[in-house]
Amino acid sequence: MQAYIAKRILLFIPTLLMATIIAFLLLRVIPGDPALVKLAGETGDANFTPAELHDLRVKLGTDQPMYVQYGKWVWGMTHLDFGQSMFFGEPVADDLAEKFPITLELTVLAMVIATVIAIPLGLISAIKQDSAADYAARVISIAGVALPNFWVGILIIYFLVSVFGWIPPLGYATLWDDPLTNLQQFFFPALALGFYQMAFTARVTRSSMLEVYREDYTRTARGKGLAERVVILRHALKNALLPVVTISGYQFGRLLAGTVVIENIFMIPGMGKLLIDSVFHRDYTEVQAIVMVITVTVLILNLVLDVTYGWLNPRIRYR
Amino acid sequence: MAQDSIRIALPPPVLPVRGVPPIGAIWRQIIRFARTKPLGAFGGVVALVLVVVAIFAPVIATHDPNATNSALVFAPPGSEYWLGGDQVGRDVFSRLVYGARISLYAGLLSAFIGASIGMLIGVTSAHFGGMTDLIIQRVIDALMAFPPLILAIAIMAALGASLNNVVIALSIAFIPSTARVLRSQALAVNEMNYILAAKAIGAGHARIIFRYMIPNCLALYIVLLTVFLGTAIVAEATLSFLGIGVPPDVPSWGGMLNGAAQTYVHVAPWLGIFPGLAIALVVFAWNLLGDALRDVLDPRLRGTA
Repeated sequence: MQAYIAKRILLFIPTLLMATIIAFLLLRVIPGDPALVKLAGETGDANFTPAELHDLRVKLGTDQPMYVQYGKWVWGMTHLDFGQSMFFGEPVADDLAEKFPITLELTVLAMVIATVIAIPLGLISAIKQDSAADYAARVISIAGVALPNFWVGILIIYFLVSVFGWIPPLGYATLWDDPLTNLQQFFFPALALGFYQMAFTARVTRSSMLEVYREDYTRTARGKGLAERVVILRHALKNALLPVVTISGYQFGRLLAGTVVIENIFMIPGMGKLLIDSVFHRDYTEVQAIVMVITVTVLILNLVLDVTYGWLNPRIRYR
Repeated sequence: MAQDSIRIALPPPVLPVRGVPPIGAIWRQIIRFARTKPLGAFGGVVALVLVVVAIFAPVIATHDPNATNSALVFAPPGSEYWLGGDQVGRDVFSRLVYGARISLYAGLLSAFIGASIGMLIGVTSAHFGGMTDLIIQRVIDALMAFPPLILAIAIMAALGASLNNVVIALSIAFIPSTARVLRSQALAVNEMNYILAAKAIGAGHARIIFRYMIPNCLALYIVLLTVFLGTAIVAEATLSFLGIGVPPDVPSWGGMLNGAAQTYVHVAPWLGIFPGLAIALVVFAWNLLGDALRDVLDPRLRGTA
């Protein structure tokens, strides 16, 4: 087990370093000189003197060689310094500290809602295979995979507006100050965000459950006279859920990326909305930081999942 | 010269390419496909409709997609303007028809470029093995660490909003997963006797990769291509919806859902419903077709998903 964990961590470090190089190349090297971008303005024909350009370069640190800039950027990130926002001029870390919890809450809530709906759906679908309930559940899950999440979001807003006369609130209440309002504001965005995940998890639960249902130990459990409910919940479901939990865990990154869309539809002031706003502002430091935060979150989660799965399922770790 | 005679004497390692079958045989195959896979056939018909609409957009569209008409602002669907008008008075139906072009262009091109480059990288990595494989795989690992949508957004941020940049961004986002999947297939192919035979007759790396390895990975490549086309259509729509994909004046399905469709959803719900319906229908149909094609092309994958 130790060897397996060590191996996974050894793979984690070069991956992380390579990811920083890719993000740096993409958002620092390709767009060109940020000082020039900033001075040229939106239309690219603003006037400025060479002295101004030089001063701004020194201020932004872009007068130094690329490898120095890269080194400084990575070193800064190791102690949570993401540099200055090119648009607002404030430290990016302050923005992230404010926005990241919002996005994380939305993602986790979406995960919870999706799982709570999906597992019973998949379970019923598997137990009553080929029944009307099974077909209904399968149609929901196929639709969930095909419907783009931004359209689901728009339809939910339309539904809320036309049925309840609800208008998306512009403000935002934090979970700690006002938990009830917060959950009210987050429920529908989380539902829209988790729709794909729900469909996906329901599919995996169904197929995993169908597989376990044919195993010898399920027959044994039934053979020794246990009630069907106990057989399903205690013996079959417990075993069927292992792949479900890990496979849906690996979808966390997809959910986290989906917040970009959902936050923009529901006007939630999270990291995803900040990312798109920063793209419009050509605020490359901000974009770079958000991309790295999302990627590192996903990488760490995958590492934890790999190790947990190896611990739960010895067949993986000896491969 | 001696080498040449040996090369001719050996049986060709891959199946000889059969001549193009007569039209009747193709037709019979299509009918058999439709009979065994009715859902796949339905998907095929929808895909065909999309292609026809995209090609003949100027004929099908009833109005100029970019012409504004102040009388048409938020006009409800009717006999003259079938799907109503948008916030600046443009015909929604005509924009939808022209939007099919954008979706198909971005979808086809990015799926093709991404899957092709990915295949080349995956097969090359598997063929050379050793240090080359190790380094390529670490880069692929790093690319896969970015959620694909985030990677695409980062690329769009660097390149700026335009249709061709969307194609570039989506192509790059498809490369890592293709490379990973095709590498594992190519690793198996690399161990085959016909590769050994090819090496024995003195075939170079390029010849082995292009003549022997890639043809034997093509089934998987086509499967990935069909999956990617659906994903790419949604991804293009997502980027355009966010306002960082295709510029707003170009009629695209995602772009039509951006801004006004959300803000005025209570005044003009058709602005939000029809473009989304078009995306959902095309992707749904395409997934059905892809599933059916996968079953037919690669029996080993049958029933796995």
